[in-house]
Amino acid sequence: MKVTEKGVAYVADLANLELTDEERAGMVRDLNSILEYIDRLNELDTSDVPPMAQVSDRPGEEAKRGSARFSYASRADILEGLRKSLPHEEALANAPDADEDFFKVPKVIER
Amino acid sequence: MDLKSLTIDAARSFVQERKTTALALVEAHYARIKQEDGQIGAFLTLSKERALEQADRIDRMAAEGKTLPPLGGVPVGIKDVMSTRGVRTTAGSKILEKYVPPYDCTAVARLEAAGAVVLGKTNCDGFAMGSSNENSAYHPVRNPRDLSRVPGGSSGGSAAAVAGDMAVAALGSDTGGSIRQPASFCGVVGLMPTYGRVSRYGLIAFASSLDHIGPLAKTVKDAALVLRTIAGRDPMDSTSADVPVPDYVAEFDRPVRGMKLGIAKEYFGEGLDDEVRQAVETAIDKLKGLGCEIVPVSLPHTTYAIPTYYLIATAEASSNLARYDGVRYSYRARGVKTLSEMYRRSRDEGFGAEVKRRIMLGTYALSAGYYDAYYLKAQKVRTLLTRDFDEAFRNVDAIVTPTSPTAAFRLGEKSNDPLAMYLADIYTVTADLAGIPGISVPCGETKEKLPIGLQILGKHFDEATILRVAHAYEQG
Repeated sequence: MKVTEKGVAYVADLANLELTDEERAGMVRDLNSILEYIDRLNELDTSDVPPMAQVSDRPGEEAKRGSARFSYASRADILEGLRKSLPHEEALANAPDADEDFFKVPKVIER
Repeated sequence: MDLKSLTIDAARSFVQERKTTALALVEAHYARIKQEDGQIGAFLTLSKERALEQADRIDRMAAEGKTLPPLGGVPVGIKDVMSTRGVRTTAGSKILEKYVPPYDCTAVARLEAAGAVVLGKTNCDGFAMGSSNENSAYHPVRNPRDLSRVPGGSSGGSAAAVAGDMAVAALGSDTGGSIRQPASFCGVVGLMPTYGRVSRYGLIAFASSLDHIGPLAKTVKDAALVLRTIAGRDPMDSTSADVPVPDYVAEFDRPVRGMKLGIAKEYFGEGLDDEVRQAVETAIDKLKGLGCEIVPVSLPHTTYAIPTYYLIATAEASSNLARYDGVRYSYRARGVKTLSEMYRRSRDEGFGAEVKRRIMLGTYALSAGYYDAYYLKAQKVRTLLTRDFDEAFRNVDAIVTPTSPTAAFRLGEKSNDPLAMYLADIYTVTADLAGIPGISVPCGETKEKLPIGLQILGKHFDEATILRVAHAYEQG
C-alpha cells in the first residue's frame, strides 16, 4: 500500500479539501488501486527522454527554441489590453458575499 | 417536421428559402426536448430568451432576402463547461450551481456569429471528469438508443441531445475522449480537433494541456461545418494556433483512393469486445474497398497511455480547480467561522466524489517527494507516446481504430470502480496526450442495437484528411 490514511489527510490538507472519515477511507482504497495501476510506467526506462509539458508541435515552430516557439502568443502591452475589465457590479455578481466594491470573506486578521 | 434528418444545410436552406422559420425550428426542438428529455436528461438549462432573440434576427435576415451565414437558424446545444453570458453555467457541478458568466466562450460566440441558435446547456460529468455522465451533480444522462445505458462521457448530454434529435449539433469538450467516446456510444459523429485549433477562451478548465473543444453532429459534413466556424486563432487564448483553417467540405471532393491508413495492433488487443472488433474490421474492409491502402503501424507505448493520462490530467486539474474557493463565484458552505474552514468546507460540499478523487491524485502526484516519480515520469512517457505517432505518421495519412473497447455500458455498471471507468478511454486518451485530431464516426451496431464507433486519427492540424476519410466511409 502506497498511501496511508495519514498520507491522505496530508494531501487533503494541501488540496484544501475537508474530507469526512468515510471519504478518507474510500480515498485510501481508490488512490492505492489507481497508483498500483500507474506503477506500470516504471517498466519504461525514461532516463534519456525529455519531459513534455504541452503540445508545441506547430508547423514552422519546431526549429525555434524556448519562448521563441510561442512568439505568436505575444501582443503589445497596451492599456487595458484587448478589452476592458469587467465593471465591479458584474465582477461581483456571482460572489456568495460582497459589498459594492469587495468580495467578503470571514475575518482573517484579529485586531 | 422530421427532426431526425435535419442537418445543418437542410435547416439553413429551409429557413433561407422561407419553407420554415428559425423560430419554428427552435420551437420544434423545444417541443421535442419537452417530450423526450424528461427521461434522457440531456439538458441542464434552456436559454429560451437568447434562442428566440437569435431566431428572430435570422428570420429577419431571411425575410429581407439576405444570404444567411453558414449556420443560419441551426439549433445547437452547448456543453455546460462553456461559458455563456447571462446563461447559467454549472460544469455539471454543484460548486457552480448558481454561476452566471459575464462573458461568452469564443467557440459559442463564433457559432452565434455564424447564425446558430443556442437552445441551452447540455449535461456532463462534473468538470468533464467521467466517461458515463453519472458524475453530473444534477442528474445522469440516459442513452437515447437504450435508456438503461449510459450515453458515455463526459460530453454525454451533447451526444444524447444530437442522437435524440433535440439539437442539430452540439459542442463538447475532449480531454481524454469526452467527445469521441459519447459520440460512439450514442451513434453520432464526434470530432476532437488538434490541440490549439479551437480557442478555449471561456471553457471551464480541467487539464489545460489536454482540453479541446469540438463538435458532435449527425453527419461528418455537419461536424466539418461546425469546426470551420469555431476554428482559428483567438487573441484571447494564447494557446490557440495561428494556422489557416481550410474549407473542409470542399476537401470532400478529393478522392480517398490511394490514401494510406494505418492499423495498429495495440488497438485490437485484450479487452476489445468481439462485436466491436468485427464492426471495425468490416469498416476497414469498406475503406479498403474505397481504394485506401491499409498499412500496419506500431504504437508500442499505447498500454502506458491511461496511467500517463491520469497523472497529467489530475495534476493539472488539482491546479486549475484551486480557484473554486467560495469567494468569487463558487458555492460557499454555510456557518463557517474562519477563512480556512470556508475554503475546505465549500470545496468538500461543492465538488463531487470523482472531482475530489482526481484533485487528490493530482495533488499527490505533484507533492514533494512524489513529483519526479509520478508527474515528471508521466511527462516523459507523454513524449514517448507522441513519438509513437510521429513515427507512424511518417508512413500513413491517418490511423484507424475502434473509438471505445465496448458499446455503451449500463448505468451503475462501472460507477463503483474508478479504474474500470478510466479504462473506457483506453483508445481515446493517447490522441489528447499527443495533441493530434481524432473523429468518431458510427460503424454499425451490436446485436443489442447499440451503436459502435470507428475512430480516425490524423496528423497535427490535418483535420481535413480525417474528415475526408470519415465522410467517404459514411457515404460509401
